[in-house]
Amino acid sequence: MKQQLYLWRKIKDKGMSQLIGLSALMMVGILFLILGYIFIKGVSALNWDFFTQLPKPVGEAGGGMANAIVGSFILLGLACSFSLPLGILAGIYLSEFGRNQLGTTVRFAADLLTGLPSIVVGIFIYTLIVLPMKGFSAIAGGIALGIIMVPVITRTTEEMMKIIPLTIREAALALGIREWRTILSVVLPAALPGIITGIMLAIARAAGETAPLLFTALGNRFWHSGLDQPIAALPLQIFTYAISPYEDWHAQAWAGALVLIILVLGLSIATRFLTRGRYYFMR
Amino acid sequence: MFRKLTLILLLLFLLALIGCGKPATRPILINGAGATFPYPLYSKWFDEYAKIRPEIRFNYQSIGSGAGIRQIIERTVDFGATDAPMTDEQLQRAKAEILHIPTVLGAVVVTYNIPELTKPLQLTPETLSAIFLGHLTRWNDSRLVKTNPGVALPDKEITIVRRSDGSGTTFVFTDYLSSISSEWQTKVGKGTAVNWPSGIGAKGNEGVAGQVKQIPYSIGYVELAYAIQSKLGYAAIQNKDGKFVLPTLESITEAAAATAATIPPDLRTSIINPPGEKAYPIAAYTYILVYKEQDDPMKGKAIAEFLWWAFHRGEKYAADLLYAPLPQNVVKLTEAKIKAISYQGKPLL
Amino acid sequence: MIKMLPRNAGDALFRGLTILFALLILGILITAIYHLVTGSVPALVKFGWGFLTGTTWDPVAEEFGALPLIYGTVVSAFLALIIAIPFSLGTAIYLSEYAPLWLRNPVSFLVELLAVIPSVIYGLWGVFVLAPWLRTTLQPWLGKYFGFLPLFQGPAYGVGLLAGGIILAIMILPIITAISRDVLQAVPQEQREAMLALGATKWEMISQGVLPYAHSGIFGAVILGLGRALGETMAITMVIGNRPEIVISLFGLAQTMASSIANEFTEAVSDIYLASLIELGLILMVVTLLLNALARLLIWRVGRPSLETV
Repeated sequence: MKQQLYLWRKIKDKGMSQLIGLSALMMVGILFLILGYIFIKGVSALNWDFFTQLPKPVGEAGGGMANAIVGSFILLGLACSFSLPLGILAGIYLSEFGRNQLGTTVRFAADLLTGLPSIVVGIFIYTLIVLPMKGFSAIAGGIALGIIMVPVITRTTEEMMKIIPLTIREAALALGIREWRTILSVVLPAALPGIITGIMLAIARAAGETAPLLFTALGNRFWHSGLDQPIAALPLQIFTYAISPYEDWHAQAWAGALVLIILVLGLSIATRFLTRGRYYFMR
Repeated sequence: MFRKLTLILLLLFLLALIGCGKPATRPILINGAGATFPYPLYSKWFDEYAKIRPEIRFNYQSIGSGAGIRQIIERTVDFGATDAPMTDEQLQRAKAEILHIPTVLGAVVVTYNIPELTKPLQLTPETLSAIFLGHLTRWNDSRLVKTNPGVALPDKEITIVRRSDGSGTTFVFTDYLSSISSEWQTKVGKGTAVNWPSGIGAKGNEGVAGQVKQIPYSIGYVELAYAIQSKLGYAAIQNKDGKFVLPTLESITEAAAATAATIPPDLRTSIINPPGEKAYPIAAYTYILVYKEQDDPMKGKAIAEFLWWAFHRGEKYAADLLYAPLPQNVVKLTEAKIKAISYQGKPLL
Repeated sequence: MIKMLPRNAGDALFRGLTILFALLILGILITAIYHLVTGSVPALVKFGWGFLTGTTWDPVAEEFGALPLIYGTVVSAFLALIIAIPFSLGTAIYLSEYAPLWLRNPVSFLVELLAVIPSVIYGLWGVFVLAPWLRTTLQPWLGKYFGFLPLFQGPAYGVGLLAGGIILAIMILPIITAISRDVLQAVPQEQREAMLALGATKWEMISQGVLPYAHSGIFGAVILGLGRALGETMAITMVIGNRPEIVISLFGLAQTMASSIANEFTEAVSDIYLASLIELGLILMVVTLLLNALARLLIWRVGRPSLETV
């Protein structure tokens, strides 16, 4: 009887460990399945034209997504120019001055912003910017992406600056350096690698966002002609092509997906080698 | 290490900035949005026009007729496009007068994906409405067999694909279904977006054609050019005179000709289910919507010139994609409309 | 630095500047809430609570009830959780308890890569790989052997609730896995040693010593996953079939709140239609904000401050 119970416990133990190993294996398997598929489909559709040509009219073969690739970079540049100063300075506030009611509130607000569905950001920017400006524009798209990046940058900056030991600040202050210079020239540079990690991951996330661009950047078949005008973006173009009925466009959507994934994964992997940063991958 | 990264980030940023400031002689960009119905033609037109007038760019985003109407009312675009004429209520919501400029005629076709089928399906108004109302659910239903003698219809469930976004194609199609089926009229009605009794929703004409292509034994409705370009089959529909008619250039032209004499002065009209042996029953004008009084003389002039070009030079591209030209008297009326586009009261053309 | 008075104008200026930017973040959130609330006023006034219980989404009659959309959102998200939880928990346990040290980091990293793949790419994959596979293989099989259950009845479209659930599951796997793993690693070593000393097998140690200790943190991870699944837009729009209807069968078509907004927002011609869509956004925001707040509280209880940045 006792023997049987022991055996049963043994079997259960073995069984569970098998199951657990299997689930880990499947998880990695899914990743390779998806990446592998995109890689195979994408590579066969990629060619030089893809990077240099504008899209062709509906139903005509050929053409590329050059404008969408450039458009994505411009949107990210706009998003950065807005979210970097905002995010970093707010992060500095949280880490250096934020141990009070306001700090807790802002921290909480930033956390909540991280969880805000990106489509909601799209609605909000449409009513805030697109309607008053009387037009879809690159600026609206850039700000929408920026809002998605801000909380990640803020919280990373805070975490990274908090890690810098108090003694470093004290040493600087003891030398008679003013507080603001201490923060900007001593603490911030020390925390910079970690902050850059956060920024790059925020960019990686924003680069793949489609939903907030639907009603802000709108899309453009040509090269952009100004920041107050609609602009093309890679994820948007992939979406449009993916739901189309044309084989040729499907192929281009796969190629676009491959380029986007290389961009995004490249940023993430680069970051991974830079630090042991985790979590920033996620919203 | 991080210094390099900072540098890279900085470079990316600069690149973006350079990109922003690049074009010194910046082309006039004219933004339009709306119907997916004429998108294959419009994208061709804009592409050709850019070759003749490289300083003017027409950026057209096909996000649905509903969106075309909404965005022109909100003035977020320079022109809208729709296949469903704006309602009086919508026209009132726009603060200024909006012109309806018909560009071409198109047909809404009932497209399907039945791999076994070698010749076009024949549908009567009754079977068509029964399918979309969800009363007729299998391809080998006796009602379908009766109108398709000698065709082996498969014993499969019918999957319906319809639009999920506001659409002029939907308007035209539901307009037709309402006119032939009282049950449809009372239960569903007509509009750019309706409360569908059944079916998979897909975004845009592209989306519907895409889903039909993906799912065997499905049925959907799209503009003719989409069915042809994506190599899908489409049905011959029984018209008012009881003949089964395939959508062709001739049958669409015929449909317009039958009703051309009675077109109202603002050109908002429906040519659903016209009389005539050869007329295809589900055809429609597709419109470009512009404000009569333009804010920006440069843009207004560019739009008027383009429309003029589209009328007189663009039509050959239309025929390639099976969009039919407007009847002669409608052309006259439309030319007058284009000439009415003005800036501070002065015509731009 | 902590409690120091500004020594001169520079310090005061700098501090003021950072406060300003911190307030801006607060401002963004408040403006977002403000715009969504004011934007949805016409719908709030016209439909009241009936918006949440109405089952018709009819733009022609201008009658908007969000229940089918809420149903689609909730069912697809919970389906995703049901699929994702065993896998992510298994992987998390594997990573924290079983995996040899040299394998832990690479596997964690691969899992995190799943999280950075953009939504639209999952959608692309869903449309061209997952949906056809479901239509030709999984759904007929399920229908054949489990067809007696109302869950697996009806025609196999490929797209639909099941496809949506699976895509969402893949998308939330990494977030649940990564946080659960950290929560598990935060369980004190003594818990394990005590169980082993009592003669427990490894599984007994995990199930009775480690998991009970970590359960609130794991629950937090699951809630965060749920929050993400509810707000997900592009991938689900591409595979769920976009039909605002309450169906029992997982093979059926559905629509989520986010996908309605993505599909219909630019073209909502009447004001009430637009307001209804904005109200959907408002509901979505309120729900995800509540879930996020709850999740953070739960994870904090296990006590790993680094988790704040999730």
